[in-house]
Amino acid sequence: MRIKMIVPVIVATFVLVAGFTSLPAEAAPPAQVRIDQLSKDFEPVLFDHANHIEMVGDCGECHHHTTGTAAKDPDCMRCHNSGSSGERVACRDCHAAEPFSADHLKTTTEDRKRYHRDLLGLKAAYHRSCMGCHEAGGGPTGCLDCHLRTESGDALFRAGKHTPTPTEKAAGHH
Amino acid sequence: MSGISRRKFLTCTLVGAGATALSLKTDAFASAKLEGYPDSMGVLVDLGRCVGCRSCEAACNREQNLPAPAQSFEDQSIFDQTFHNGQKRRTDENAYTVVNRYEPEGTENPVYRKVQCNHCNEPACLTSCFVNAYTKTSEGAVIYNPNICVGCRNCMIACPFNVPAYSYSSATNPIIKKCIFCYDTRLKNGQPPACVEICPQQVMTFGHRKELIEIAHERIKTHPDRYIDHLYGEDEVGGTSWMYLAPAPFEEIGFDTTMNNEPIISNVKDFLGTVPMVLAIWPALFTGFHLLATRKHDIEHHGDDHQKHKDEEKKS
Ligand code: HEC
Ligand code: HEC
Ligand code: HEC
Ligand code: HEC
Ligand code: HEC
Repeated sequence: MRIKMIVPVIVATFVLVAGFTSLPAEAAPPAQVRIDQLSKDFEPVLFDHANHIEMVGDCGECHHHTTGTAAKDPDCMRCHNSGSSGERVACRDCHAAEPFSADHLKTTTEDRKRYHRDLLGLKAAYHRSCMGCHEAGGGPTGCLDCHLRTESGDALFRAGKHTPTPTEKAAGHH
Repeated sequence: MSGISRRKFLTCTLVGAGATALSLKTDAFASAKLEGYPDSMGVLVDLGRCVGCRSCEAACNREQNLPAPAQSFEDQSIFDQTFHNGQKRRTDENAYTVVNRYEPEGTENPVYRKVQCNHCNEPACLTSCFVNAYTKTSEGAVIYNPNICVGCRNCMIACPFNVPAYSYSSATNPIIKKCIFCYDTRLKNGQPPACVEICPQQVMTFGHRKELIEIAHERIKTHPDRYIDHLYGEDEVGGTSWMYLAPAPFEEIGFDTTMNNEPIISNVKDFLGTVPMVLAIWPALFTGFHLLATRKHDIEHHGDDHQKHKDEEKKS
């Protein structure tokens, strides 16, 4: 196991136990999650939840304070210093698939009564969580490591069979 | 000739031309700080989040139906390309946005910077356009009417960010091309531009400009360790719709930090706004032509690859 030890093992095991005991029965973590809501230019992602729980240990590294353990980020701890097992656990429950739609902007940036106006969309919530930790902890970060491109993705990136040919190249230059 | 002196030159010549056409009162030259449209939209670009995947370039190409690029968008070797004087890639008629890589001293990871039109509150391209081809929409986009554009290229010279590009590929109707904030297909329907939507890291946040300014300062306040304490575009050249937060000094990642906070050639705008077009257009047009004729030599030396294209085209 080479999780570059960002999370010391002792803390991890302790919180794991604490995390599980405070968890409502219905929220038992799934072993595998097929993340597919956004899939269009890339294939869905098969996320090995069980393996990550084992490697990472602390639910709070990914789920904030919403699975029963306190938030891990010291910045968030200023206000969320204890865990609550919220109704909402899936990232999509709070991070919108279309964060910049006129309707959604009314509940985020435009809502001055709200503290968290600067809320990531779903796509970025995944990537900034997954890639952020992977960069530090040695997980995959390449664009094709977690999901292959679909046909429309190859067309978008002009890759695969859509890679520009030498003649097109010349055309592109003029 | 540097960009600055180039613009000053233009300003002086234009104002000079105007002054000869009719005598202006001096207060017409006083430029006020303009806020643009109060509800205009904008984009906050957080460069610290960018991983250089070039998805935005690909999405722009798809949305705007641009020609196939020379290389696949997944090709990262493009970041090693430089032109004369080590100049990085620039936007052109086939690419309304490009991402460049910088390695500022003292930062562990490279910093990527996306370039596209910044959609100024007081666009110099608009004020320099003799035929009024440009419009600043209430949503914040700076768009242009290709049917009106005569291809005089004054906007290219006026733009402080070197954005408008000349379309050399159409010899019969050469016009200016640039990012339009996806106005036609998205912005006017309340949707974010294609590059913003595709970005996996949400480098770009779309919203009302005035709220983005608050959010940007909030980010700097909560994470002073991550950001240079400056929001580029909040005040530069009178404010831009696209604004930037950076993890390294702006001047080290390709930004011009000598920019004035006054709108460029706002004098000319006042002037153009107060006199009928007929009066304005003749002296200005002649000055413009003269300017272009004398500028040609300099352009060739400016490390500008557009000119190279033109030369190539002449040969073929
Ligand atoms: C490495 C990050 C990570 C860790 C650690 C982690 N999870 Fe998850 N979890 C996820 C992701 C990603 C999903 C998928 C969410 C989605 O579909 O939007 C998920 C889904 C879930 C779901 C299903 C939510 C739903 O309604 O579909 C539950 C319940 C859950 N996690 C509980 C836990 C618990 C309890 C722990 C700690 C023991 C934990 N998770 C640790 C990332 C993580
Ligand atoms: C200054 C206090 C403060 C800080 C710091 C803070 N929060 Fe919050 N948080 C709140 C408040 C207040 C709410 C209630 C909803 C709102 O106003 O946004 C909340 C709600 C939440 C919720 C529930 C979301 C919902 O829509 O009900 C989550 C999850 C959350 N915060 C995560 C975080 C994370 C992650 C951080 C660190 C990046 C953080 N918070 C930092 C004050 C804070
Ligand atoms: C109950 C609502 C809620 C759920 C569920 C939720 N989030 Fe969040 N998330 C928030 C809030 C609120 C913030 C705070 C934004 C801020 O102020 O930085 C946040 C912040 C984040 C951030 C930015 C943190 C930072 O330090 O900048 C990431 C990344 C993130 N969430 C990923 C996820 C992932 C991945 C999941 C699912 C495993 C998830 N979130 C589930 C509400 C939620
Ligand atoms: C808190 C840290 C952390 C987060 C968050 C995280 N990972 Fe990982 N991930 C790891 C570590 C550690 C490894 C193992 C690296 C190794 O094998 O050395 C890993 C490995 C992987 C692998 C390769 C091994 C396997 O399980 O197939 C995939 C794929 C992966 N992660 C996907 C994801 C996705 C998708 C997300 C976001 C939804 C995510 N990870 C979020 C820490 C994290
Ligand atoms: C650590 C795993 C991981 C890596 C690395 C990763 N992604 Fe993703 N990506 C995800 C997850 C999880 C989703 C959500 C999938 C879904 O909901 O369908 C996703 C979804 C996407 C989507 C939206 C879905 C679609 O088909 O349009 C895009 C675009 C995307 N990724 C681009 C990228 C790019 C570009 C890179 C390289 C910079 C990258 N991703 C690297 C995990 C990853």
